[in-house]
Amino acid sequence: MAKMTGAKIFVECLKREGVEIVFGYPGGQVLPIFDQLYEPPFKFILVRHEQGAAHAADGYARATGKAGVCLATSGPGATNLVTGLATAYMDSIPVVAFTGQVKTFLIGNDAFQEADITGITRPITKHNYLVKDVNDLARIIREAFHIATTGRQGPVLVDIPSDIQMQETEFVWPEEVDIKGYKPTYFGHPGQIKKAAALIEQSKKPILFVGGGVITSGAHHELKKLAEKINTPVTWTLMGIGGFPATHELSLGMLGMHGTAYANHAIMDSDLIIAVGARFDDRVTGRIDAFAPAAKVIHIDIDPSSISKNVKVDIPIVGDAKNILGQLLEEIKTAPDTSEWLKTVEGWKKKHPLTYKDDGKIKPQYVIEQLYEVTKGDAIITTEVGQNQMWAAQWYKYDYPRTFLSSGGLGTMGYGFPAAIGAKLGRPDKMVFDIAGDGSIQMNIQELATAVCNKINVKVLILNNGYLGMVRQWQELFYKKRYSQVCLFNPDFVKLAESYGAVGMRVTKKEEVRQALEKAIAIDNTVFIDFVVEPEENVFPMVPAGQAINQMLGGLA
Amino acid sequence: MTRHTVSVLVENKFGVLARIAGLFSARGYNIASLAVSETLDPTVSYMTIVVEVKDEEILEQIKKQLNKLIDVITVTDFTKKQHVDRELVLVKVNFSSKEKAKLESILKKYVAKIIQFEDTTAIVEIIGEQDQIKELLEALHHYGIKELVRTGRIAMAY
Repeated sequence: MAKMTGAKIFVECLKREGVEIVFGYPGGQVLPIFDQLYEPPFKFILVRHEQGAAHAADGYARATGKAGVCLATSGPGATNLVTGLATAYMDSIPVVAFTGQVKTFLIGNDAFQEADITGITRPITKHNYLVKDVNDLARIIREAFHIATTGRQGPVLVDIPSDIQMQETEFVWPEEVDIKGYKPTYFGHPGQIKKAAALIEQSKKPILFVGGGVITSGAHHELKKLAEKINTPVTWTLMGIGGFPATHELSLGMLGMHGTAYANHAIMDSDLIIAVGARFDDRVTGRIDAFAPAAKVIHIDIDPSSISKNVKVDIPIVGDAKNILGQLLEEIKTAPDTSEWLKTVEGWKKKHPLTYKDDGKIKPQYVIEQLYEVTKGDAIITTEVGQNQMWAAQWYKYDYPRTFLSSGGLGTMGYGFPAAIGAKLGRPDKMVFDIAGDGSIQMNIQELATAVCNKINVKVLILNNGYLGMVRQWQELFYKKRYSQVCLFNPDFVKLAESYGAVGMRVTKKEEVRQALEKAIAIDNTVFIDFVVEPEENVFPMVPAGQAINQMLGGLA
Repeated sequence: MTRHTVSVLVENKFGVLARIAGLFSARGYNIASLAVSETLDPTVSYMTIVVEVKDEEILEQIKKQLNKLIDVITVTDFTKKQHVDRELVLVKVNFSSKEKAKLESILKKYVAKIIQFEDTTAIVEIIGEQDQIKELLEALHHYGIKELVRTGRIAMAY
């Protein structure tokens, strides 16, 4: 058999893994690989900063369900991936990152552009590898994709020294992956399913509480069937958005710190929480000892370490959400009588709807409502982090999975724009919008070049309030309006977009919002729309940190 | 705080110890002792970790997090298992040859012996359970302990 270099093996492995797109940036220690990408067998997207590559790979993964791939050089190239990997790790997103490394005999010598990237990324990747023998390369790449895309998904990094990229060996593609210590559980234990079904049948005030696991496992059909079968209202975390149709009559919207009042009241008053692929994050539970005091908890999760980590669980079921919901659907014979409960919930919905004050100015909430109407709910929305993210979660109704892409766990400003680029490349059939703030967009604005030169049709809606809005909101509410370092000097976003060859628009009047959105959609190019919005608008309702989640501030009609 | 012994079977590769140590340090849990060695299968290593934790829930979390590591093959918690455990200690004590017999008579009650002695010092080897070792070290205190090294606990279930 003819021998191949490590660099050729790398490319061959990616082809066999079915990789369509690699996001990356070249450098000294990945030259042998980049030489193989002179005429790449897959699409290669040259970003303008490695962080953009990691987020774009993440956005691609969230939009398509496939692993996203990024590639960077050693040292600063690798460390620039770190925020992107941590973002993917916190949200369990399958990203496979490849980095160049200094030659094996220089490792540990403080060589030029050397960084111990496997050491640095150990706590923020599901697993990582330093390749020290070219004979291991194909197996390691195969394992990396396997680990990233199975079990509780997550990012995996493979660090490849440049001499390994140049060394030759016979290429052996391992058909099977067998890792002794890695055997995820996919089906729920039948005994636990029986117990859970019995508890559901006896419940009077059940609630389904849905997280990102439903989206990862593709369990949305089963979830809808179950909710309808047992007439149970459904609430979700930020990561669970799109897992259950927001327009469904059983939907309660998002819960937690900026959730709907009715979702928070419902979970607090419930007698049974059926948690599916959610991890009871502190933004959801608020003060933990006051959380849903009367409720028993069934917790379905593929990661055993998520169970009983934050909230004591009565019936844990470890496995894949889609399988387990299917098992539960079979096991449950009679639906609980929830008619009274649904009436109570309906009462809360009527009494405490999501609301904002319409005073003729451009309210950020209004922009998002208009976007929903113009797109008829059929678009992929990415967000940055802060107020823009919470409004995007509250005011757009997501009926389909993989349509809301947001940095939930890590809360990474600068995520939305590169993620939108990745999402659009993965789903060219969909309209993609990044709902941004004037602060966040500037954290990865350099990717305008990537978007324009690759003709990536994404629209960035900047809700420009001239502030780091969420921090300002906290300073207003909890620090006596002492606005410390949150007032932003901003560039002219229209001219900035134009200078890159994108289209820039500015909207200063409420009446122009809808027209601007329609106009932007009709343009086949990257578009920035600078919406000059009410500067001191707040996100409500809001649960102050450390309070029980039914202790909400504001926005309650 | 209670002490628990947990053993972990892991892939014998570089970086595995760092992953395990990182898991503890990231959560602020202290490792009281750690013993690592190859097994009969050279691709697999055996780690015995003694941890101090506030409550059982933290111990549960530690076990789950250990299990989650790709390089970890199995995790065994000896807390509720019948098992034996041992530790080996080397202790250097002040010594005068006149007192040799007296020292030996103290050691006789334990699995302990003088393995090296010079004019003013002796090195004593002790093998035993934590309580026995503690007891003997207290008895040796009176000689003046100059140096002490311990392997950390190892354990085996029945």
